[in-house]
Amino acid sequence: MKKETGQEYTVALIAVGFGLLAGAVLMLVTGNNPLLGFFYLFSGGLMNIARIGNTLATATPLIFTGLSVAFAFKTGLFNIGAAGQMLIGGLCATALGLTLPWPKPLLLPVIVLAAALGGALWGLVPGWLKAKFNVHEVVCTIMMNWIAYWSVYYIVPAYFKGAYLETESRRIPEAASLKVDWLTRIFKGSYINLGFFIAIIAVMVIAYILERTTLGYELKAVGYNRDAAEYAGIQANRNIVLSMMIAGACAGLGGAAFYVGYASNMQIGVLPNQGFDGIAVALLGANSPWGVFMAAIFFGILHSGKGFMNAMTQVPPEIADSIIATIIYFAATSVLIERVRGQMQRRRQAQNKADLPLDSEAGLKENAGGAE
Amino acid sequence: MEYVVEMLKIRKEFPGVVANDNITLQLKPGEIHALLGENGAGKSTLMSILFGLYPPDQGTIKVRGQEVKISDPNVANDLGIGMVHQHFKLVHNFTVTENIMLGMEMTKGLVIDHKTAAERIRQLSQRYGLNVDPDAKIEDISVGMQQRVEIMKMLYRDAEVLIFDEPTSVLTPQEIQDLMAIMRNLVKEGKSIILITHKLKEIKAIADRCTVIRRGRLVGTVDVATTSEEELARMMVGREVSFAVEKTDRPPGDVVLKVENLSAYDNRRIMALKDFSLEVRSGEILGLAGVDGNGQTELVEVITGLRKAESGRVLLKGVDITGHSIRERIRMGIAHIPSDRHKHGLILDYTLQENMILKVYDQTPYAEKGLLNREAIAEYTNRLMTEFDVRAGQGASALARSLSGGNQQKAIVGREIDLNPELLLAVQPTRGLDVGAIEYIHRRIVEQRDKGKAVLLVSLELDEILNLADRIAVIYNGELVGLVDAKTTNEHEIGLMMAGGQRGETA
Repeated sequence: MKKETGQEYTVALIAVGFGLLAGAVLMLVTGNNPLLGFFYLFSGGLMNIARIGNTLATATPLIFTGLSVAFAFKTGLFNIGAAGQMLIGGLCATALGLTLPWPKPLLLPVIVLAAALGGALWGLVPGWLKAKFNVHEVVCTIMMNWIAYWSVYYIVPAYFKGAYLETESRRIPEAASLKVDWLTRIFKGSYINLGFFIAIIAVMVIAYILERTTLGYELKAVGYNRDAAEYAGIQANRNIVLSMMIAGACAGLGGAAFYVGYASNMQIGVLPNQGFDGIAVALLGANSPWGVFMAAIFFGILHSGKGFMNAMTQVPPEIADSIIATIIYFAATSVLIERVRGQMQRRRQAQNKADLPLDSEAGLKENAGGAE
Repeated sequence: MEYVVEMLKIRKEFPGVVANDNITLQLKPGEIHALLGENGAGKSTLMSILFGLYPPDQGTIKVRGQEVKISDPNVANDLGIGMVHQHFKLVHNFTVTENIMLGMEMTKGLVIDHKTAAERIRQLSQRYGLNVDPDAKIEDISVGMQQRVEIMKMLYRDAEVLIFDEPTSVLTPQEIQDLMAIMRNLVKEGKSIILITHKLKEIKAIADRCTVIRRGRLVGTVDVATTSEEELARMMVGREVSFAVEKTDRPPGDVVLKVENLSAYDNRRIMALKDFSLEVRSGEILGLAGVDGNGQTELVEVITGLRKAESGRVLLKGVDITGHSIRERIRMGIAHIPSDRHKHGLILDYTLQENMILKVYDQTPYAEKGLLNREAIAEYTNRLMTEFDVRAGQGASALARSLSGGNQQKAIVGREIDLNPELLLAVQPTRGLDVGAIEYIHRRIVEQRDKGKAVLLVSLELDEILNLADRIAVIYNGELVGLVDAKTTNEHEIGLMMAGGQRGETA
């Protein structure tokens, strides 16, 4: 039923292209060879199996948070709370990992589930406030981020204090980690863990919900046009709460992937960056689940390759961050890209009478308005 | 100078369709020239060419005898051609003056010179009888007044030729009268007007000549005074059109909808519906007449559950549904053709097929165990598209947004009638449709009645109500002012009641 994704991917690719171009200019300006810089940037992310593993491990939390933001967005909600949801998910996972002395096959599902529930709870509150009192979810999710931040700040030193440092938790036992031996061995000792596979499953589940189920139909209907959804008897409020819970659960899983997968303990006083990068990932991925997946992998490559680029050339790692920032910038201004593309297309059409919809009456009227 | 604008043998082709084929339109100075045609006949394409949005493939355009090439709308503006769009383009929190100046602000040093502009607007307003207050904010003035601001924009830019694109579609009967007076003033002052419309009555009332196009071809240009409405309709549709809806007498059955002492607020928390009672029986069409904004919207929304009743009850077939959810009411057999098709009727970013299942998406065969069945949905959509003549470039998977207004409306009407409801709430069901489509939809509404269903028809067009309804209720200021038998009443009597004049109950 979807038909516009092709165009959205093109916009994403153009954004990426502009981002890389801007990076090249920056490298030139700082007196470096951009080709060499890019060579080492991408080598750093992809040149051997261990680095690929690290790239995927870096991308994993981004897949989850990107999915979280994208999913909420489909229901017309802007979830800025992925960072907090991720923290709470991580906290639940860490707490259970440090408390339950269970064998790994039993413990892991419980941990993952707890992380999802924790995130869902952190999404439920803003969703409910939005549905019940029309409190704006942006304000509310930001507040929830700080509540999560300070909760971790209190709970970790109070109950799970590390052996040497007050500012971090104890290391989780091997049984509670998403890292597994066989995977670490395949990827030659990289950080990759089961979280990546959970992420792929999450992408598939979310894509399935959105495209194939009546639930997805309802959620998107509320997002596109709440009035029409209510007119059709869809309970908009219920869907808003549900959407925020599912979004929160995604981010919560991201917390598990990060704190008991990529890392093995929790530090206090940090709001995870991945929560906010998730917004960029969703934007670049055009809010579609597989788009998010690819965008997250791409960001993963940049993040894990920048250290190598720095080591091999004089290009500072900030360049990689600038490239990411530029890409986000261009993805955010995708409206502009689309408009320029549209203009170019129209000009072409005007010249060689190309592709115009059969039912041109409505389109013409709109064009007539735009050109006033 | 015989003609102020001449479009000669214009041809415009889009892939797979000839939108304009050898069309000639000649506008005399000081005349109101109607451009008549069904939705999709090519009116908008022709006007877009004149407005510089598309170059014609063949043909020439002359303005005041000179051959011109209108490459973009700015050229059109410079030539004195202005367009009053169907959907206004105004900044809502700006004043009238600010909106009119927008794009060509006069300055005094570094400051915008509001005063001179306002003065000029006042003068123009007086000269053409527009009665526009230059200092009012757009959000505070009525739709009719907003349209005048659009007209004023053109006058302010010294337009000599004004194109009106379906100007009456958003107006109340009174506002239509006012607009016609303004248009007469404009031509009296030497302006020339092209009026795009498919409403024959308006053409008869105001136009001097009329050019009719059908499926991209010129049918002819006629003198309005010597051509009857029937002839115009035949030219437009290409066959005989019956205006009177064929309707056999039949006794109404049991009460389907009963509204008891209903009161409800509007969006501004003002009591819009006051102690309103009404009954609609099976096998009858009850027409609700009234000037827009007298409580019709609120009444329909309370019946469908979109709005809360402050007091009173709504009963469907004897069951009190006042507290029921919207979904429950739909399942009990209430269908609703909403007045605002973009706000309530459609999800514009959904495809046509996704819109067609808006009320049945969770029912078999369209969904089973929470999963959508795309084949069944596409099949259902294709059936409705054929049955209700909904045309879309990419068929069932076209985005609702890409459909023309008429086709969007037909899609909604099709969806609601196909629910085969016990009670059909039809609010402005033929809004924006051409004669052919109106005829068809009227027939389907009468068919519902003949099947023994109840229909509540809310319309701002008195003709529609007089044609279709068995009984007519008139609403004024949220109160029922009269209930009459459609056979024994006339336009005059209803018009009086619509303005608030009381009349005893006779039906």
